[in-house]
Amino acid sequence: MRVIEVNQLTKYYGKSRGIVDLSIEVEEGEIFGFIGPNGAGKSTTIRLLLSLIHPTSGSACLFGKDIISAGAEIRKDIGYLPSEVFYYEDMKVIDLLKYSASFFKGDSSSRIKELSDLMELELGRRIRDLSYGNKKKVGIVQGLLHSPRLLFLDEPTSGLDPLMQRKFFDLIRQENDRGVTVFFSSHILGEVQRLCNRVGIIREGKLVEVSDIRSLQQNNYKKIRLNVNGENPISADLPGVSNLQKENGLVQFFFRGDINNILRKLALTDVSDISIEEPSLEEIFMHYYE
Amino acid sequence: MSANIFLHEIRAQRRSVITWSVALLSVIFVFFSLFTSFTKDAALMNEVLARFPEELRAAFGLGNMDLATIEGYFAFSFVFCQLLLAIQAANYGFSLLSVDETELRADFLLSKPVSRGSILSSKLAAALLSLVVTNLALMLGTFTAIALFSGATPYNPKSILLVLLSGFFFQIVFLGVGLLISLLARKIHSVTPYALGLAFGAYVLNAFSGVLGDVKLELLTPFKHFDPGFIVRNQAFDAPFLLVDLIVVIVCIGLSYWFYQRRDIPAV
Repeated sequence: MRVIEVNQLTKYYGKSRGIVDLSIEVEEGEIFGFIGPNGAGKSTTIRLLLSLIHPTSGSACLFGKDIISAGAEIRKDIGYLPSEVFYYEDMKVIDLLKYSASFFKGDSSSRIKELSDLMELELGRRIRDLSYGNKKKVGIVQGLLHSPRLLFLDEPTSGLDPLMQRKFFDLIRQENDRGVTVFFSSHILGEVQRLCNRVGIIREGKLVEVSDIRSLQQNNYKKIRLNVNGENPISADLPGVSNLQKENGLVQFFFRGDINNILRKLALTDVSDISIEEPSLEEIFMHYYE
Repeated sequence: MSANIFLHEIRAQRRSVITWSVALLSVIFVFFSLFTSFTKDAALMNEVLARFPEELRAAFGLGNMDLATIEGYFAFSFVFCQLLLAIQAANYGFSLLSVDETELRADFLLSKPVSRGSILSSKLAAALLSLVVTNLALMLGTFTAIALFSGATPYNPKSILLVLLSGFFFQIVFLGVGLLISLLARKIHSVTPYALGLAFGAYVLNAFSGVLGDVKLELLTPFKHFDPGFIVRNQAFDAPFLLVDLIVVIVCIGLSYWFYQRRDIPAV
């Protein structure tokens, strides 16, 4: 089943661009990474899907229902963690979580307890007294307490220390194992790499590419580094070579294509050292950013 | 309408309702504690007032009130209550939806499985209840003050009750107008200047329309529509104005629903 279906969604804020002609499909049970630099339109997309803002044109369905006409019904099954978390400052954490739970059917008190124990969140404190990281934890618990079927995480890890980040990722994986679909927006490629099955890259409001993470890393690109004795055989106009950097005898480049072609070329070269490895997502996508 | 939002809003407004009620009761008690000294020299007082230029009397709403009677004196003091009532109601109107956006928690509320119409209805209902409670407190306080300070002076409770009832309708106008303006603005950073501006603006407009005489500015301001002096003298509301205000409130609230459904919630 398609949980998220976005059709040529466009949003302009007056004249300034939000997103343009964006189409994505996410299947049930996927963890979909949504990657792009700041201001690319990641939050705009999520806020459109939650009907916090309205599209200029295009449409979108969640669970097969239109986001605008069936918004309230759809949101029963959605958990949302905004990038910046702000809540009723003078409420206690537990009261805010109970208020949040009161919008959903069923008793969430044991789940609140379980989640806040896991995230080491103190329930008795006032929200205004919490640090940024602790507010983020409140956001995580309130986003998960009603056991949603679809999670929108907008830059969820900012403000969390590495230990908490790991716990949070474990939690998301657990949810995903139960069949929860996750839409994960981030500008940190490393964390998307750790968690997601597929990734969409957004730049200046447009979706540039949607790829399977594994195929991206394994099949497409190799990062090749050489220490050359003598003349350097690699030039930028060779088919498949990109990001070529030369410094003294050190040559580094990305290769995409039939690996044999480049190996034959390298076999004729006198090298003192060579490494061929998987590039990180960060390195792969750098050219989308530039 | 969702009960949980309604209850949450009521709880959040509790303190504000108490504060406004105390302020209103203070005005009434201060005025009525001076009532006996006023009536002692009532004839003299009315004579002095009569010598004031008519424009000045009109500006202070003293145009045609007999301060020697409880009804007249109450009508005179109620104008000051009206100012407070206007600020309170405008404040609720402006902040009803905008406060969630300025405090950046609109995302929290609007990502819940509840429609915007239902959010607005719940918040409106909570604000109306707060206004009702405030007016009830004012009513109780007024009759207590009269009993305490007026001695055996006879008065017509119907006039007093009508003036007190007008307070609620008067407030709904400010609530509705404030709400609509708040939705026309892209972002309201602080509610207080807006609320004070609307309330004082309407008050001054009424005062000036008295001074200027010919210019029909009073058509615009609820202070004129619910002139306590008029209500006491006629023992009735000014029906055409009441109708105008009813229409204004319906239009403002109707448009507010329309705008809110279509509103883009500003991000951080």
